[in-house]
Amino acid sequence: MKNKIKRSGPVLFSGYNRGEAIRKVITMSREDILFNIKESRLKGRGGAGFPTSTKWMLVAAASSEEKYVICNADEGEPGTFKDRVLLVEYPEMVLDGMVVGGYTMGAKKGIIYLRGEYEYILKSLQDYIVQMRKDNLLGKNILGNEGFDFDIEIFLGSGAYVCGEETALIESLEGNRGEARNRPPFPVSTGYLGNPTSVNNVETFAAVSHIVIKGGEWYRKMGTDKSSGSKLFSISGDCERPGVYELPWGITINDVLIMVGAKNTKAVQVGGASGVCLSKDHFNRSLAYEDVSTGGSIIIFNESRNMLSVLKNFMEFFVEESCGQCTPCRIGNVKLLEGVEMLEKGEFTFSYINRLKDLGRTMQLASKCGLGQSSPNSFISILDNFKGEILNRTGGKNGN
Amino acid sequence: MLLMEKNNLTEEIEALVKFYGSNRSALLTILHEVQKKYRYVPDFAQQEIARLLDIHPVEVYSVISFYAFLNSTPKGKNIVRLCQTITCEMHGKKEIATAVERELGIKIGETTKDNKFTVEYANCLGMCDEGPAMAINDRVFTHLTPEKAINILNEIR
Ligand SMILES: Cc1cc2nc3c(=O)[nH]c(=O)nc-3n(C[C@H](O)[C@H](O)[C@H](O)COP(=O)(O)O)c2cc1C
Ligand code: SF4
Repeated sequence: MKNKIKRSGPVLFSGYNRGEAIRKVITMSREDILFNIKESRLKGRGGAGFPTSTKWMLVAAASSEEKYVICNADEGEPGTFKDRVLLVEYPEMVLDGMVVGGYTMGAKKGIIYLRGEYEYILKSLQDYIVQMRKDNLLGKNILGNEGFDFDIEIFLGSGAYVCGEETALIESLEGNRGEARNRPPFPVSTGYLGNPTSVNNVETFAAVSHIVIKGGEWYRKMGTDKSSGSKLFSISGDCERPGVYELPWGITINDVLIMVGAKNTKAVQVGGASGVCLSKDHFNRSLAYEDVSTGGSIIIFNESRNMLSVLKNFMEFFVEESCGQCTPCRIGNVKLLEGVEMLEKGEFTFSYINRLKDLGRTMQLASKCGLGQSSPNSFISILDNFKGEILNRTGGKNGN
Repeated sequence: MLLMEKNNLTEEIEALVKFYGSNRSALLTILHEVQKKYRYVPDFAQQEIARLLDIHPVEVYSVISFYAFLNSTPKGKNIVRLCQTITCEMHGKKEIATAVERELGIKIGETTKDNKFTVEYANCLGMCDEGPAMAINDRVFTHLTPEKAINILNEIR
């Protein structure tokens, strides 16, 4: 798992000196920091794309004594691994971003929710935290600033994808089953132990570290009007050079395919199992919030792949990972999987498949959290975009 | 469970509660610690944790049953988790699984008679660019071939 390639990119992979962002923000007012983040138009990198400045302003404005900054390192979306790369290779960027969050929002405690699958990173992160305390980048009166106290602890998850959803994550931290909460109230007012809490993705914190140093306006110059800055993409599947890439928003899927050496590409799954599956006629579209939006997972399928078995793999994932709390998701995903199995055997009617697509649309509306709201995306997009192959059963093999 | 073992377990859990606190939010961390040592959370431990955190034992069981990585039944000394998600599937998960099943003489989901290995499927391990991947306890192995996977198991055995 050693770093094989020298990473380069416009922001996150451009180089960063540990502690730099913290040294910078202690010379700034909270308003100034928030203004810069607002200027940058940074949106959350965990997938939902909520403006970071809005979230931070709400927590900063809350009058509670106790507030929390939580780093969501539950990275469970199939095809996503960029947060792992950040935590292994660039912990300073992420943890400094959390300290900046603590300073800006007036929180004294930070928690990293690290997925159980990444337990092997725990030790190096803990060692790094100890080092930060020694260097007074964490702890009391950080860098000699009277009253600027902030510390970070790590909480290990236990193998549940839904715990990446921020309210399920908070439930899990509180010692409960990771079942999503009703929203509102939102974590910004009623989060961990009932206190104002900002939950942000690993990459969001890393981006903040750069934004406070170089300014919001600088960041906004990259990317597109509605999707500012750069994004980490986790690219896997049928290509010569899979891995994590930092790219400006707005790049087309075609350009990505060329860059990673993908040949004879039939389909690209953008956004992981909960994202959408695109066929060739969509490859000229761009990766951006306003076009094809994503938390960064890109999975490439070449002509030899059977899209129905791809879909089956996704639906099995959701059946296993649904927390079972609400009916549309608990039952709906099972029904969609059964539909895939009918298609596999060739025992289906077109009207039933259409009804399943309607069921999918109902799930998108009626499920309680993002898991059930997005799990039908693959079902619907694969059946729409690969109709010929699936309904006429002319597909390829999936390596098994 | 023998009385002495029970006493030991009680003492260990008391120490954990003392260290991590008796708040409900300490529950998962305490469960992790118990499991790290025993590889599952025995019934008696569940009851003791419930008593010391002042919650109902069913609450403890309910939490254990929710999380894939927490067990209420004994597991092998080494827990092998094969990634079953899409890119690992595309790159040969099935061949790895078959080789492991044959070599250990068990099916996925089972534990070997000598209690050395439990083999399970896991969802995305986040190693999609280096698949097929598997985790053994808290170590991760990537770019597997059936042969490489078996060699790794034999080294650990
Ligand atoms: C099922 C599900 C899983 C999620 N998993 C993650 C995750 O692993 N990491 C993450 O940062 N956000 C995840 N999210 C999104 C979070 O709920 C939340 O929006 C995010 O952590 C906010 O951080 P951001 O604003 O920096 O993106 C998930 C959402 C859902 C519905
Ligand atoms: S949508 Fe699914 S995961 Fe979310 S609360 Fe409902 S059952 Fe649970």
